Amino acid sequence: MSDSVNALVVAEHDDNELYAGTLNTVTAARALGGEVHILLAGNGGEIASIAAACANLAGVTKVLLADHEPYAHAGTETMAALVAANLGAAGRQYSHVLAPASTFGKALIPYLGGLCDAQPISDLSEVVSADTFVRPIYAGNALAKVKSLEALKLLTVRTTAFEPAASDGHGGAEIVPIAAADISAQVEFIEQTLSASERPELTSARVVVSGGRGMQNGENFAMLEKLADQLSGAVGASRAAVDAGFVPNDYQVGQTGKVVAPDLYLAVGISGAIQHLAGMKDSKCIVAINNDAEAPIFQVADYSWNEDLFVAVPALQAELEK
Amino acid sequence: MKILVAVKRVIDANIRVRVKPDHSGVETANVKMAMNPFCEIAVEEALRIQQAGDAEEVILFSAGPQKCQETIRTGLAMGADRGLHVLTDERLEPLAIAKMIAAAAEQQGADLIILGKQSIDDDHNQTGQIVAALMRRALGSYISEIKKVAGGFAITREIDAGLEKLRITSPAVVTTDLRLNEPRYASLPNIMKAKKKPIDELSVADLGVDIGCRTEILSVVEPPARQAGVMVSDAGELVDKLKNQAKVI
Ligand SMILES: Cc1cc2nc3c(=O)[nH]c(=O)nc-3n(C[C@H](O)[C@H](O)[C@H](O)COP(=O)(O)OP(=O)(O)OC[C@H]3O[C@@H](n4cnc5c(N)ncnc54)[C@H](O)[C@@H]3O)c2cc1C
Ligand SMILES: Nc1ncnc2c1ncn2[C@@H]1O[C@H](COP(=O)(O)O)[C@@H](O)[C@H]1O
Repeated sequence: MSDSVNALVVAEHDDNELYAGTLNTVTAARALGGEVHILLAGNGGEIASIAAACANLAGVTKVLLADHEPYAHAGTETMAALVAANLGAAGRQYSHVLAPASTFGKALIPYLGGLCDAQPISDLSEVVSADTFVRPIYAGNALAKVKSLEALKLLTVRTTAFEPAASDGHGGAEIVPIAAADISAQVEFIEQTLSASERPELTSARVVVSGGRGMQNGENFAMLEKLADQLSGAVGASRAAVDAGFVPNDYQVGQTGKVVAPDLYLAVGISGAIQHLAGMKDSKCIVAINNDAEAPIFQVADYSWNEDLFVAVPALQAELEK
Repeated sequence: MKILVAVKRVIDANIRVRVKPDHSGVETANVKMAMNPFCEIAVEEALRIQQAGDAEEVILFSAGPQKCQETIRTGLAMGADRGLHVLTDERLEPLAIAKMIAAAAEQQGADLIILGKQSIDDDHNQTGQIVAALMRRALGSYISEIKKVAGGFAITREIDAGLEKLRITSPAVVTTDLRLNEPRYASLPNIMKAKKKPIDELSVADLGVDIGCRTEILSVVEPPARQAGVMVSDAGELVDKLKNQAKVI
């Protein structure tokens, strides 16, 4: 076994475009100090141009491309089998496998851990060295520095903690077609119901406007959508707003939802429970609008506005229109 | 069908945790503990499947110190039939826990294993996926719906872009998301009844798995604190500050 670092990043995409989280994951992989390859599996759509985009990322030297029918909507089992089959003899070709800490990567990497008998490390927020990482625990109330003793390090990456890799135009990474591996017969894809949106994607948006229980109902979220559009931002929500059915599940920001760190996070009618803060407290600038002067969100906000949101949001919209 | 539900004892979600001065971990002495919220959802779902007549038995599994039996009792009071407790004071990683769960499920002949998607202390979000891989069983992660169908289960998963529907074969492993159900409270008579329900105590050796740690925790520290900022009193002031002070719009 050699000590050389050879990292494999599993790309996340929807057959039409590469998801932004893959770019941050490449940056984390580069911090390990060795070669970085990308494994891309999919079928049809824009898969060839996604492969070209991967090949163009700064620091990436090889793209393994599995363009086969079963990899359209491939489940966790099928993807993990493909990654495992490409780790090389006894898994020594690659020392690290990384994926974004999205629902895709969070399901895939541990499953791979079960296949390879290796203990993964979730949600890295810092690469200290090739075997030592920092990750948030207890809803971000503590940071653990963890050293992996495994030969094969399986990692998911908190994408907001790493810059996106640039497309440096070198286009030089070799694109190598790879064969299909075992296809799981245990899982049948039926359908996806995706929240269509013209707005930027929540986890990579520069501005996020989130609403909580204080919004009272789903219709009132139209106010936040308008505000988000004025600021070219995305719309998020607290768990309470999702549980109450105001907005779909994929809006949830927090410990057990999405992690965001935009330049500007606007929390409207959100109290600031630790589980919510876990998903947004690394934002550069936080604005809170709340009619309760004691709301905990005010303790982390850069700008606190103690006002009824039904007064404040229209006033803010008008001010931005000026 | 037999259902095995994995339940973890964690610091109560409402407690603000404190890092120990020696940076070895967080303070757990004299801190209120509870069943991991995602595990409560897992127990609730198992009970609903049983009440619908699709399962004969709901077995709870927990690994850890003696006090885990309190967590198992909580689930028995909700209505589960019996418990399995692997007594150990070792630090447990998801791979080790998954190996124990897989071995127990095998011994018990469980057709469906339900776990929480994430423990709210370590925030790993790993164990269920590892169990499925170890047992080469179908995985349904982050589910918000599960229905018994011929040969398996129809599930809905919460994914980043929305919802995904899958059909998975039985036996299967699923992990619960928040919207799967609203867990019940145990009634007083059920709490009394739970005291008489059996909990089998096992050792790690009984399950024949290696639980050695594959990672070392070097330190646990507090994250940098965010300072509270300033109050603003109208939209003009806020927009001015965002433009000229924070420079974010
Ligand atoms: C296992 C677990 C996981 C969780 N995961 C998450 C997670 O990922 N994300 C998350 O967000 N939460 C999560 N939670 C829930 C979290 O604990 C809180 O319950 C939740 O964040 C509260 O949402 P909220 O702030 O919208 O609601 P509330 O706490 O009810 O706050 C509503 C706020 O709106 C304000 N308000 C009301 N009316 C107005 C008005 N007219 N104008 C201005 N302000 C108004 C109120 O003053 C209040 O501060 C989790 C909890 C558990 C147990
Ligand atoms: N010590 C344990 N005993 C029983 N089940 C556990 C234990 N640790 C984790 N689990 C299960 O695994 C799920 C996910 O935990 P984790 O992978 O640690 O985030 C939990 O919700 C439990 O269902």
